[in-house]
Formats: sequence, structure tokens, C-alpha cells
Amino acid sequence: MSQDTHAEDKERIGVYVCHCGSNISATVDVEDVAVWSKDALGEDGVVVSRDYKFMCSSLGQELIERDIQEQGLTRVVVAACSPHLHEQTFRGACNRAGLNGYLCEMVSIREQVSWVHTDKVAATAKAKAMVAGGVERVIKNEPLEPLHVPIHEHTLVVGGGIAGIQAALEIADSGNKVYLVEREASIGGHMAQFDKTFPTLDCAACILTPKMVTAGNHPNIELLTWSEVERVDGYVGNFTVTIKQKPRYVDTDLCTGCGICWEKCPKKVVDEVFEAGLGYRTAVYTPFAQAVPKYPVIDPDTCTYFLRGKCRACEKLCPTDAIDFSQTVTYKTVTVGNIILATGFDTFDARRIPQYGYGRLANVFTSVEFERMCNAAGPTNGDIVMRDGVSKPESVAIVHCVGSRDRNYNNHCSVICCMSSLKFAHLVKERTGARVYNFYIDMRTAYKDYDEFYQRLLEEGNLFIRGRVAEITDAARLPGEEGKLIVQAEDTLVGKQRRVPVDMVVLAVGLEPRHDAAEVAHKFGISCSSNGWFIEKHPKLDPVATMTEGIYVAGAAQGPKDIPSSVAQGSAAAARVLSRINKGEIELEPVRATVDAQKCSGCRICNDLCPFGAIIFHEDLMVTEINHALCQGCGTCVAACPAGAISGSGFSNEQVMSQIEGLLAFSLPNNLIELVPA
Amino acid sequence: MSEKFEPIIIGFTCNWCSYRAADLAGTARVKYPPNIRLIRLMCSGRVDPTFILKALSEGADAVLITGCHPGECHYIEQNYKTMRRVKLLQRTLAQMGIEPERVKLVWASAAQGVMLAQEITKMVEEVRALGPLNWPGRMREATIIGEHPAVEEVVA
Ligand code: FES
Repeated sequence: MSQDTHAEDKERIGVYVCHCGSNISATVDVEDVAVWSKDALGEDGVVVSRDYKFMCSSLGQELIERDIQEQGLTRVVVAACSPHLHEQTFRGACNRAGLNGYLCEMVSIREQVSWVHTDKVAATAKAKAMVAGGVERVIKNEPLEPLHVPIHEHTLVVGGGIAGIQAALEIADSGNKVYLVEREASIGGHMAQFDKTFPTLDCAACILTPKMVTAGNHPNIELLTWSEVERVDGYVGNFTVTIKQKPRYVDTDLCTGCGICWEKCPKKVVDEVFEAGLGYRTAVYTPFAQAVPKYPVIDPDTCTYFLRGKCRACEKLCPTDAIDFSQTVTYKTVTVGNIILATGFDTFDARRIPQYGYGRLANVFTSVEFERMCNAAGPTNGDIVMRDGVSKPESVAIVHCVGSRDRNYNNHCSVICCMSSLKFAHLVKERTGARVYNFYIDMRTAYKDYDEFYQRLLEEGNLFIRGRVAEITDAARLPGEEGKLIVQAEDTLVGKQRRVPVDMVVLAVGLEPRHDAAEVAHKFGISCSSNGWFIEKHPKLDPVATMTEGIYVAGAAQGPKDIPSSVAQGSAAAARVLSRINKGEIELEPVRATVDAQKCSGCRICNDLCPFGAIIFHEDLMVTEINHALCQGCGTCVAACPAGAISGSGFSNEQVMSQIEGLLAFSLPNNLIELVPA
Repeated sequence: MSEKFEPIIIGFTCNWCSYRAADLAGTARVKYPPNIRLIRLMCSGRVDPTFILKALSEGADAVLITGCHPGECHYIEQNYKTMRRVKLLQRTLAQMGIEPERVKLVWASAAQGVMLAQEITKMVEEVRALGPLNWPGRMREATIIGEHPAVEEVVA
């Protein structure tokens, strides 16, 4: 032990009760808790107890440090917020004052008391009981040293959208290797589908493709497109990831990307992915002209050879003999130290709102279709036309918040739709001169230069109707509605129903978590929020890390986001990974199980309990041993050992038992006084 | 007996899901009765049945064990072991004449703060209906019997 504490000497404990401004003190009588701690728990060794406005502030921490030094404290209990927030803070304060940080316990009287209870008397009593639990427990704490785990310098980035590309480039530019895994045939993600980006109206391809090319050519980036992560093993610093590579049926060593195969392929199919169903592709294809990598893939579900056993036109015509129908699924295993998940979003399926008529009324489009339509490289070469492909609309309605901010579908705001709807309005006006009606609930144009864009749109003479659209129909009732789509909505600013006949409707569909987000989260050992987005470690202070060490999130996978925020988060995640790589190692909680060979009876009950294979049995000695490199510290074996031979550091039997005693010591009289028979 | 019996419940949470659910209940200001006191462990698999017995014997009226949903345990599958242990313990308790409902297992993901608060509220109501466990009191009675000369004879 680093402290010279003798078992028989009583610990000198300091108790610190935080007001957290008024977050705690509004519901818990913090002064009372502090005074009480010293009085009631003096017997147990509490020598100082204080309350303070903000314990986590530097002044609050100094208070603790000073007491440790001046009063010779050997244990510290901080009654404040959740340990997930400030455990490191207070351990740090103890360490600075020369007291091992693991001799400090936090008691969560904010998340578990003041924020969830209303009765001040009951809340104060509970806070006292919890402090008593903390005090009893901390007496049994032992000084520990964090474990040092080396960090493998390679990184895995999952998802090749703008967030993933950004993260990969940042890391690769620093000289470290990145594996960039993308499910589709090309990187680029949703951004590659867009024509213009708001609010600057610069062309998406012009700013994205250079990044894609750099990522594709980067000596430190290994691009694994048409691939998915199959399995993740291991822990921070040393993950083993198995990546499934679907067969391209194209030998990328031979292929030059000349394009003869897809020019000559006789099979045309509707491209539901990249062209959102508006355009066609061939069975052998690259999703778009600037695809990175440039090699095509053959889609076995539509290729005539796979369906009927003959054709092979591409094979015959390929000048470099790159077509290889014998390819099969391959698996690649890589070792990485950190993982960034940038798996993006799905868009809301507009068919789920039948009254908007998407899929039934020809001239109702989704925003994704509309993006493709506006794109100069898209199916209409950038012409804004109706479903017949020729006629230009004279009036267009843009419906905001489709599937967002709607209890029936998604509660969340999809963030980007107001701005992209404004962008559409501008493009329609510019390219067709049509009248544009925007149906919105609220205009949300926060962030730099966004509201200015809105003002500009207002000046351009676009019409804005505040109201959620009730129905889109082709059933004409009034003169002038014949042959039109009628958008029915309540104009909430005027307080009356409106029927607006238009030629074309664009539904600004919301952003949703990927359909398989829960599955992916499970694979990587992270969690999803109740609405399905990946949960970050802290919504404000740690928005790119997750609760699982070594796994980071970036982009819309964590929540709806526009391009600037996705890029910023990609860079932020990269910075976190780089700081890890730079340091070369990470400190982990020293929570590990250890077997006392003297006490182990060799019963082997624990042997099958460990999913990490950390428990080894020595046949010769008839005792069990735990490998600390593999042990993750869950404590299941500790709980199972009938001989009490296994101890779990940080969560020992003694600590938990004492905490139970402390928690119950002061509630007993009230509860039982009248009940215990005399 | 006091006007209204206020049970005391000890709750064990795992560090990864259910403790975060409790944190979330706090951040979201979801209210639940103050009868529960939580202890954080790394995993529900760390819940030694003796912890539960200890809590009951020290005066808790019930024990709540919470962990990640099956298949979501941070340590892969340890909550399945918890499930088995709790079942076995409930059976043992029943044989000892203690209502098995006094020990309850609830899965809560990090996003289920509201659900956890509801479960706690429900459990407090249930235990209130069961009445006090009064294990320490019963133990005292048991010791009194133990001191009976006839018992000593048998033991000797
Ligand atoms: S970590 Fe939550 S139950 Fe195992």
C-alpha cells in the first residue's frame, strides 16, 4: 500500500457534498447532509465534511486537495453527480494531493436523488443513507493503479460517407494506417447524390470528389468497398475485425475502369439506390461516374448470366480480361486499435404516410428523388421535370417535416430538411420559374449563413405557408383544380384551411437511423438511443466517444446532421483516435479479478463462466488462475466462487457488503422500531 | 405500526446499461419514489446472491437487480448467468418462507430511463403491498428460539 494506513488505525475520511448550483440543493438539504455526515459517521472516521456550490470547479477540487494535505485524509467521499461524469475529476484531485485516486468514492445524489425525487425530507434522508453507504464502502477501497494497454496504431473507419472520409483522411494524413470499409461499391455516401449544397449553393461533387479521390489514392488508406464488418473481437487498443468482402466479379488488379463493360451490358435495371429509382443502371456498374474506386461491380441479382446462365458479354468485351465470374465471398481480418463508426442514415419511406400519395400520385416526389433530378449528372441532366420526363411544372409545393416531428413516425427534427427545402425552392425558381409553395411547421435555419439564405428566399418571392399538410390528392373539387395535385393544409398563421393546386409536390423526407443500426451497435458493443441513433458518451462534453472504449461515432449515425457538422464530427473523432495513437497506450480502470491460490479449492465452478477465456486451470496445481490481459472485470466469477477465493478489485465483496450496511444502517430504526416485537 | 409502511429497496445496477438508465432518468427529471438505493457494479453478473441476502438481512424489504437486456451485456452473456442465479435464489427464498417477489430482475438499456423509473415505482408499490420483511426482527426471534434449552440439547 502506498499510504501508510494500518488496518487497526481508523481511516480519516472527508465527505464533500455538492450543491451543483441549485441542481442538488433545491431538493436536498446539502448543509444538513454535510453536518450530519460528520456527526453520525464520525465513529467511522469522517473527520471533515463540507458542502460547496460546485465541487467540480477548480476551487471545489482545491478544497479537497487542501484537506487531504492539511488534515491527512486517507479516504474521500464526494456526494455530487453521477460518477460517469466526474469520477475522473475527483480521482485526479486526490492524486494531485498525493492520495491514490481509487480511495475516492462518488455518491450520485443528483441523478439518483435531487433530480428524481420531489420531497425534500425524503430526498435528504436518502442522500444521507447514500453518503453512509459511500463512507462504509470507501473504507474498504484499496489503492489501485490504472492498467496500461498499448494502442495498435491502425484504425478502422466504418462508412465511407463524408464523415467517414473526413475521419479517414485526417488520420491517414498524420501518417497512420486506416481501413475504410464501405458497404456500397463506391465511397461518397449521400453527399455524392446531391447537386448543390446549402446555403452556399456550391456543387456537392466539386467539393466531395477531390476528397474521395484523395482517400482512394492515399498510401495510408486501404479502401474496402463492397464490404461489411462481419465480426469484432477484442478491446480498445487491440480489436480484431473480420471484414466480409462481397465478390465484385471484377479483378481489380486488371480492371482499368475503362467503362466498356457497363456501356455494353445489355441488362438495364432501375437504380433504386443511387438514383433513388429515377434512373437506370446496368447489371455491371459503378454507382456514378466519379466513383471511387473506379472498378465496377456485377450485381448477381440482376445480371443475365447469373439469372439464366448465359450472356457474359462483359467478359468477352473486357480488354484486360478483368471480369471474373468465379469470385466468391472473401474474409479479411485486420487488427486495429480504434474504430470510428460513420454509418450514416436512411431516409424516411414516404409511402408510410398514405395520405401524401407518394407511389400513387405520379408527381409526388421525395427529396432524394428531387436531389437526383436537380443533379446535372442525374437521370434528367438537371432538368426539373414531371414524372413524364418532359413537361415543366408551373407550380411546385415543397412539404417540410415528412416523417419528422410527428408522433406517428419520428419525434425528432431531422435538422437538414428546412435548409434543403429552401435549396429546392431556389433551384425550382431558378430553373423553371415556377411558383413555389413551402409548407412548414417552423422554419429552422440555425447555424452560420442559414437564416440569411432564408431571407434571400423570401426576397426571391417564394411562398411560405405555416401548417402541416393534411392531404395531397388529385380529386378536384373547385375550379382550377382539374388535373392538378391539391395540397390541403391549415394555414396556422391565418387560421384557415387552404387548398393549393400544384403540378408537382416534393416531400422533404426526414432522416432515420439505418434500418440495421441496432444490429451494428450490437456488433461493436455500443448502444442506440430510444429513437435508434448511436449513443455518444456524453451529449455535450463527449459527443464522439461512446461508452465502449475505442469506439467512436461520427456523422448522422449519431443523430441527424448537415454536412458541416458531419465533417466536424469526423475530424473530432479522428482527433480523439490520434491522441490515443500518439500516446501509444491507454489507461484502463484496474477492475480485474484475481484468484487467491491459497483459498482456491480447484472446484472449477468458475472455469466455464468467462466469455473472454481469461480463466485458466492449472491441472498440476489444481488451482485456477485469471489472466489479467484477457479479464474485462465483469466480476461474474467473483460472484460464483464458493470459496471466496476470487477477489474483484474496485468492486470487492468487502466494498459491496459494507456499502449495503451503510445504505441500510440509518433507515433501519424508522422502518423497524415499531415492528420489532419487544 | 406506522401510518404508512415505506419499504427500503436495495438496487444493483450494472455500469453499462442500467446505471446509465438511472442517470438518464435523472437527466430527464423522471420522478420515482425515494425508497430505492442503488449500488453500481460492473455487470449484473457480479451480483453475488450473498449480496442479496445481505441486503435483506440488514433490513432491506426487497432487492432489485438490473442489467443490460439479454444479448446486450457488455461482457457478452453474463446477464444470462444472473438470470439463472436470481431464479435459483427466488426458489430458495420461497422455501425459507420469503416471498420470491422481494427479489426482482429488470433489464434496462441505457436509453430506458423512463422504463426503469416506472419499474422502480411499480416495485415500491408491490413491496408496500407485501409489507415489511423484517428479517432482522425475525432473526432476533430465531435467536431466542436458538437459546431454548431443548434446542441446545438437540444441537449437543
Ligand atoms: S454489463 Fe450490464 S448486465 Fe452485464
